Amino acid sequence: MRDWNTEAKNREARVTRASPLANGKIVAASDATTLLEAVIECGDRVCLEGNNQKQADFLGKVLSGLDPARINNLHMVQSVLALPEHLDVFENGVAAKLDFSFSGPQGARLARLVGDGRIAIGAIHTYLELFSRYFVDLTPRVSLICAQAADRNGNLYTGPNTEDTPVIVEATAFKRGIVIAQVNEIVDTLPRVDIPSDWVDFVIQSPKPHYIEPLFTRDPAQISEIQVLMAMMAIKGIYAEYEVNRLNHGIGFDTAAIELLLPTYAEQLGLKGKICRHWALNPHPALIPAIEAGFVHSIHSFGSELGMEAYIRARPDIFFTGPDGSLRSNRALCQAAGHYACDLFIGSTLQIDLAGNSSTATLGRIAGFGGAPNMGADARGRRHASPTWLKAGREARAGRNLIPRGQKLVVQMVETYREHMQPAFVEKLDAWELAESAGMDLPPVMIYGEDVSHILTEEGIANLLLCRTDAEREQAIRGVAGYTPVGLARDKRMVENLRDRSVIRRPEDLGIDKRMATRDLLAARSVKDLVRASGGLYDPPKRFRNW
Amino acid sequence: METLNFTYSGGRSAVHSAALVGVVGSGNLEVLVEPYPQAGTCTVEIITAAVGFGDIWRAVIDDFFARHPLANVRISINDVGATPAVVSLRLDQAVETYLGDGR
Repeated sequence: MRDWNTEAKNREARVTRASPLANGKIVAASDATTLLEAVIECGDRVCLEGNNQKQADFLGKVLSGLDPARINNLHMVQSVLALPEHLDVFENGVAAKLDFSFSGPQGARLARLVGDGRIAIGAIHTYLELFSRYFVDLTPRVSLICAQAADRNGNLYTGPNTEDTPVIVEATAFKRGIVIAQVNEIVDTLPRVDIPSDWVDFVIQSPKPHYIEPLFTRDPAQISEIQVLMAMMAIKGIYAEYEVNRLNHGIGFDTAAIELLLPTYAEQLGLKGKICRHWALNPHPALIPAIEAGFVHSIHSFGSELGMEAYIRARPDIFFTGPDGSLRSNRALCQAAGHYACDLFIGSTLQIDLAGNSSTATLGRIAGFGGAPNMGADARGRRHASPTWLKAGREARAGRNLIPRGQKLVVQMVETYREHMQPAFVEKLDAWELAESAGMDLPPVMIYGEDVSHILTEEGIANLLLCRTDAEREQAIRGVAGYTPVGLARDKRMVENLRDRSVIRRPEDLGIDKRMATRDLLAARSVKDLVRASGGLYDPPKRFRNW
Repeated sequence: METLNFTYSGGRSAVHSAALVGVVGSGNLEVLVEPYPQAGTCTVEIITAAVGFGDIWRAVIDDFFARHPLANVRISINDVGATPAVVSLRLDQAVETYLGDGR
């Protein structure tokens, strides 16, 4: 007779081994190593909460310092590899296999460890894909998570950076895994409960508060005039024309420039109340002037942003906040919102090829995908209509005998040359070479050309929805590729023809006066201006203060 | 450092007072436009920190001259690694300032 309850029995055995260490659910930080050795078994699938921002850094350090003679062959599943510990765990022989989504700052070291055979990568995912697999075939046996505070029963308050915690805990706790939380403090009464205590097995107060990265802060002082010009084109040539009201912005100075032009340029064009009302977006400080000007009606966030706490608390009509007043973010739900409920994604990239495929892969770095592929992809399962979605769908289908449907706007915004004269337009993406050198199944493409609706550069906007052949598409891309080799190799006559058909539009075609493209058009020209716009509520991290 | 020189003819003579735009800073450039009677030509001298981009400079300046066919004008560029986008924008600004100043 088969035993149908082996997982629960195994769980009980782990909890029993650890129980001498715990007072209720509370375990001392000095016992953290013993706790992990008691509950983790060799070969376990372990989720370490490495978010985009909030990091379970203490538990990560303890994990990477375990004795590999006792604990080894772990299979790490985690959304972001942000800290050195996240790779130390492999270098020290504790873990062997990795499924992840984004590796940002650790990308170069990850590539080396993969090259040396120290890490076997299962797959590189988008956030939503990885979270989904937590409920299918990558369910964690043990999860090491991170919260702001716990009460004595083990209820958790995540603080504004809830991020991935709910999805990790849901997948682990309801499949009889073990959940261990590191918290900054243990208190009698929590401001609110983000994770109920019966989903949590052990709580450790970490010796230091967890690390949070201010990833979404862009200093307006660094925005260039070219970025102002491109932002003007985005607002007049895309946002106004398609009545874009539900959107997500990628991270970077290009999109920060758009945010800072809403209260000035967009206001002058009479667009307030007509564009940019609802956002799936982290609380970008650069959006403060647009919020204050009344452009923004609502924002749901993947995570929070350091320094925005008091501002968010003072603008509850705009943000999703708990009864305690602080932000409640949720990466999985905001990714779903960005995919299904937004009409536009706009973001920067490193390389675009002649088919419009866009990649941030560079040789010698395995950077992963994060959320961009889900934000920057037409949602094939979408069924509800909006003016933006319908217009894009009409343009893509005009003259073709197809059943009507809508399409998402996916805009790639790049200066034709990046710093050090690296061309953003290439015949062949570096992703191909990276795929070969790292033994990947496919070249890592961030956004596939078939999903890209517009490419915006300082030279103009290419509307790929209106292209009818591969040759047209190639010339539309060459036609905005500036003085890169790809741009210089354009067929000038065909490009002029595309311009006549408004497939390509130059700033002058959009009625944009380039002389207006100065930093004076930015609603804030410095971090200090953002603080002022917030009425003193925004409290930027020290590194962004120069006064 | 590299010095590049281009000369164009067939433009319209435009004698105004000199105009200077831009700054000498990383990723930026300084453009000086000044009247210079030289048999109906327009000369462009570029001193650039980035070596080996002569073909791109030629394409950028060719397009610039197509937009603004000037004669009896000398343009001097002091470049610290500006992208072509910045170069084009600064050139347009410099010429607009130069012509707008009309005497």
